[in-house]
Amino acid sequence: MGRLASRFAELKARNEGALVAYVTAGDPSIGRSLDVARAIVDSGADILELGVPFSDPVADGPTIQVASQRALEAGTTPRKVLDLVARLREDTQVPVCLLAYGNIVHRYGYARFAADAAAAGVDGVLVCDLPPADDDEWSTSAAGAGIDTIYMVAPTSTTLTLEQVGRRASGFVYCVSRTGTTGTRAELPPDLEQLVRRVRERAAVPVCVGFGISTPDHVRAVCRMADGAIVGSAVVRVVEEHGTSADLPEAVASLCRQLKEATRGGR
Amino acid sequence: MPNASVASHPGSRPGYFGEFGGRFVPETVMAALDELAESYARAKADPQFQTELSELLREYVGRPTRLYLAERVTRDLGLGAVFLKREDLCHTGSHKLNNAIGQVLLAKKMGKKRIIAETGAGQHGVATATAAALLDLPCEVYMGEEDMRRQELNVFRMRLLGKQVIPVSSGTKTLKDAINEAFRDWVTNVEHTHYVIGSVVGPHPYPEMVRDLQSVIGREAREQCLDRVGRLPTHVIACVGGGSNAMGIFHPFVGDHQVELIGVEAGGRGDAPGLHAATLCLGERGMLHGARTYVIQDESGQIMPTHSVSAGLDYPAVGPEHSYLKDSKRARYISADDTQALHAFRYLSETEGIIPALESAHAVAGLLRMAPDLGPDAVVIVNLSGRGDKDVQEVAAIMGTSRGVA
Ligand SMILES: Cc1ncc(COP(=O)(O)O)c(C=O)c1O
Repeated sequence: MGRLASRFAELKARNEGALVAYVTAGDPSIGRSLDVARAIVDSGADILELGVPFSDPVADGPTIQVASQRALEAGTTPRKVLDLVARLREDTQVPVCLLAYGNIVHRYGYARFAADAAAAGVDGVLVCDLPPADDDEWSTSAAGAGIDTIYMVAPTSTTLTLEQVGRRASGFVYCVSRTGTTGTRAELPPDLEQLVRRVRERAAVPVCVGFGISTPDHVRAVCRMADGAIVGSAVVRVVEEHGTSADLPEAVASLCRQLKEATRGGR
Repeated sequence: MPNASVASHPGSRPGYFGEFGGRFVPETVMAALDELAESYARAKADPQFQTELSELLREYVGRPTRLYLAERVTRDLGLGAVFLKREDLCHTGSHKLNNAIGQVLLAKKMGKKRIIAETGAGQHGVATATAAALLDLPCEVYMGEEDMRRQELNVFRMRLLGKQVIPVSSGTKTLKDAINEAFRDWVTNVEHTHYVIGSVVGPHPYPEMVRDLQSVIGREAREQCLDRVGRLPTHVIACVGGGSNAMGIFHPFVGDHQVELIGVEAGGRGDAPGLHAATLCLGERGMLHGARTYVIQDESGQIMPTHSVSAGLDYPAVGPEHSYLKDSKRARYISADDTQALHAFRYLSETEGIIPALESAHAVAGLLRMAPDLGPDAVVIVNLSGRGDKDVQEVAAIMGTSRGVA
């Protein structure tokens, strides 16, 4: 069993939801980013998701766009992101996923990226602009290297797409809580529960919900219907606010502890 | 409408041109693209939609545009004939309205309540704002801050039309970032908003739809040329930014294998990274804005900044159908640099009394480069995609310092 599958199994046994915490790798620098990632892991987050920065992140709202720009200005490359994962792997077994855009992976070479990511200790990859109908080259390479392929689904996804995702997904399915870009929102949309149900009917893997999840209340609500909550922009905002100050790791850890607490019980 | 597209891309999957094109977008955009593709297919087959569109093109846009025999240029270059397809005489001053009016009409039929667009040179923004004014829909246009500075006149025109211009300050503050921002708006407001893309770029069905809407240029030019000289042209030349004016004039000639198709890209200040926007000449395969196509990227796959004196060509990717025409060798792509384009800008102004857009000046520069090799039998059509009024200020600033425009 891969790290993702065993993590979800443990959580299920403990009746907890998964806290998936996202940060953009290399923000504000590779070194600080390693500290942030360690703080996320140490604070009890269940899965770490690292964004591979891209110059043109169309799926992302302002918070993550600016984070990507900071990371690129700090000289972050895909290779350095993989090295960062390898450093983390020296002292943690927490599952690590990458969130990338297609051009980065295409340029690196699908097979080579899958192999290098696996060697670095990456467990799953979501390439957010490679649709399941058109990603054979990537998903075959990923499967060959033992990397889980994570797909995004939205409230507007057709049944056909959900069925394709259901057949192809490994690791977990990433449910986008609403259309739009990443970024924090005040409330969860009412049709979320229905989307999660539509996915569960077709996919055997766990289902996590992301986009706009920023508070412990959101996390609690999501964990009642899904297997985990993905928090991105809220964490990235803390990185932005604390930037170069010494308390950055503790600020991130403190947010993650609160969010993790909300995944426990009440399920 | 003749449909050469099926025959010209044998074996391609729907939405693809050979290996190029497709729909490489986040899942949040997919449903909107499905809806658009279906609505467009319906409109394309609907005689009433086509009649309405033809009427608008005739009565409002001012079609057909002239195929003008540029006699002084012809003589000067020693060629058989040089024709200018006068898209600069379209209402709003460029070919962009052919596409914008078609898409806004489609949006209206789809029941959309709001129009958004991106713009580089401002010509597509002005065209979309114009179509939205005519068809009575609110409209917001995303434009990079750098382009707003270079094309101030067009910013003011859009505002005069009662539409909003939204400054884009992310990334390189030019066309590609305006497209990113328009996409983000679209995924957020997709239920009631239609995004009018301004070139043959983006995910399926945009490249095909924009090409169809611009193909009126080539259909007219082909017929006009046959009428005037009794045969097809030997060469068709157009500038290539995203590639819509070029695709529009090339498409009806794709099946005419004796006609050479030449696209002219922006060579900027040189071949080094960051100095040009010559995607097909110098870029590599990748994906941007939803399509697999040639892009200008670094060794990690980050999209590189581009440069061209012309804002409308300042774009690090190109329509996927051009990538296909390049690889299948049906079309040839060359570049003209800033200096050559500025020279052509003056050349056409002085020889024919026609001030071209800086974008179109690249096509003229392509003609000037090729002319020595063409010979007295060549019948060349140059697509004059737009007029130069919008560029006069910028050109005055550039030339004023180096040679003093009298
Ligand atoms: C007059 C004119 N020609 C050409 C272009 C380039 O676009 P495309 O390559 O899509 O025709 C523009 C874009 O703004 C333009 O304004």
